[in-house]
Amino acid sequence: MKKFTVHTGTGVPLRRSNVDTDQIIPAVYLKRVTRTGFADGLFSAWRNDPEFVLNNPAFAGGTVLVAGTDFGTGSSREHAVWALQDHGFAAVIAPRFGDIFRGNSLKGGLLPVQLPIDAVETLWKLIEHDPTTQITVDLVEREVRADGRSWSFELDDFTRWRLLEGLDDIGLTLRHEADIAAYESSRPSFKPSIATT
Amino acid sequence: MGRTLAEKIWDAHVVRSAEGEPDLLYIDLHLVHEVTSPQAFDGLRAAGRKVRRPDLTLATEDHNTPTDNLVTIADPVSRTQLETLRRNAVEFGVPLHSLGAAEQGIVHVIGPQLGATQPGMTIVCGDSHTSTHGAFGSIAFGIGTSEVEHVLATQTLPQTKPRTMAVTVTGALRPGVTAKDLILALITQVGTGGGQGHIVEYRGEAIRDLSMEGRMTICNMSIEWGARAGMVAPDETTFAYLKGRPNAPAGADWDAAVEYWRGLATDEDAVFDTEVTIDAGAVEPFVTWGTNPGQGAPLSGTVPVPESFADEAARTAAERALSYMDLTAGTKLRDVEVDVVFLGSCTNGRLEDLRAAAEVISGRRVAEGVRMLVVPGSAKVRAAAEAEGLHEVFTAAGAEWRFAGCSMCLGMNPDVLTPGQRSASTSNRNFEGRQGRGGRTHLVSPAVAAATAVAGHLAAPADL
Ligand code: SF4
Repeated sequence: MKKFTVHTGTGVPLRRSNVDTDQIIPAVYLKRVTRTGFADGLFSAWRNDPEFVLNNPAFAGGTVLVAGTDFGTGSSREHAVWALQDHGFAAVIAPRFGDIFRGNSLKGGLLPVQLPIDAVETLWKLIEHDPTTQITVDLVEREVRADGRSWSFELDDFTRWRLLEGLDDIGLTLRHEADIAAYESSRPSFKPSIATT
Repeated sequence: MGRTLAEKIWDAHVVRSAEGEPDLLYIDLHLVHEVTSPQAFDGLRAAGRKVRRPDLTLATEDHNTPTDNLVTIADPVSRTQLETLRRNAVEFGVPLHSLGAAEQGIVHVIGPQLGATQPGMTIVCGDSHTSTHGAFGSIAFGIGTSEVEHVLATQTLPQTKPRTMAVTVTGALRPGVTAKDLILALITQVGTGGGQGHIVEYRGEAIRDLSMEGRMTICNMSIEWGARAGMVAPDETTFAYLKGRPNAPAGADWDAAVEYWRGLATDEDAVFDTEVTIDAGAVEPFVTWGTNPGQGAPLSGTVPVPESFADEAARTAAERALSYMDLTAGTKLRDVEVDVVFLGSCTNGRLEDLRAAAEVISGRRVAEGVRMLVVPGSAKVRAAAEAEGLHEVFTAAGAEWRFAGCSMCLGMNPDVLTPGQRSASTSNRNFEGRQGRGGRTHLVSPAVAAATAVAGHLAAPADL
């Protein structure tokens, strides 16, 4: 996984709540068997609406998505994370995230930053007023900075360390292979197993 | 202090726990389907890893499969995705129920049907409706593709313990009111984010009275109000459902299992982090009017006026939803006419659901101009329904009797709404475009779906 330490870029104000993963990328775009190439499906239902924020050239190069509450609810599709990353986003800021989306983002190195709604509102106003506003998402300090102001956010130490180091989860777990084997040897015999002819 | 059902199962699956790190949980069953697995298998290949426990892994084909035949997958990209799963299953030794196989079906229908879903287990799948399996008293939750790869490689998952929540459903459901109405009413009450970060245990008289199918419908939609998982304590209903199923324990194992399962119920003195209560007696047939499952109302009601929502975000969302749904505030929900009725999905595609709809539609006709699709949740459900003659009831009424799959639940296979079409759907998501770009979805129960098909507008059986 790619490391995430500090990212600075411009923002995209997505003034919508309940942007579920079907909106981020509809099912019809999930048929690829690769991890890349999903940018064309990103917010596809909204891309032909000239009013849609990503169609505004002023926000075209934005790398920090600032969204309304309950971003990424619904389907577990990790393709939502890949589509956002393919488009160039490095972080998403919202008052609250769908649990699975948040987990997927943390696996893929797209930083989900939870900030209170008034901070999000302030960021929206800043970006809308001046789309070139630089937003810094600092994982080292667990802080978002813009226009001389700052907001701290929470992320547990373990996940933060994993992102800062860019560590592979599977590799970390396999260090404890002996524990897994020990657990397996004690599982009750009534647990189901599937025939694997 | 006592422990909750969720805490007991959690504790029994911790492989390793360390201060400041998530617990490493052992996974008893990993369900796999074609959409969220190809990149995970690729990851294994790239790292030279194997599937640690193919015998605890079960794959099926459901999202991309056609429901008008069992042979031709018209879209080449869908075909590639299915063929990729077939290749991966062979290469990694994972059991797979392919299109046309006797046990093929929607991933959340076949686990319980095979008896592979049992109390006290940890169950994951790259699919958010994995919460369905919690109906058996297991911790079951959806994961992303990176986690799918992690489980394939290690049969474990690092997880931070969610908080616990009790949803107590007091009283009894009134005649004609179903599990689907109850869960839709609950989601409207608590909001789409109400369960965030929690494992929810549904409890109380009305839940105990539900069949396994009803409990699955409830747990299925846990994710629609943000919960990590939903569960119901196992009881005699659970045991009776499981006994004799292909993957259920037998003989001495069965007795040992039942004894263990009986001890899983939440202790009297256990404390939940959050508690919610809902009165079953107050629930009526319930439908959605908006574009998230929390935007619902009793069928007897009207499309709400956005200004009636105190919260600004809810007001804006309602305005957007009414515009997308092409609905006018104040319209009686019973006056909303539909083009398509979809009966199926992992929420309501089981035999009991088909029976409930058939009972309503028997001897009647689907209204002129309405298309009704009946899609069993699995090939087994389809066969069982045919053995009872349900397919004849549906076709005699003018409905389409189709093969098993996700079908019109998600707009990925050929079964889609066309732009502007309006459906009454027994599925779980009414998101914009969920059933096809520009499609408008009203979530309903199987009984309401059948009555709506006959009436041509949203209706309950009592209206016919
Ligand atoms: S029926 Fe719908 S919700 Fe269920 S697994 Fe299939 S697509 Fe997902």
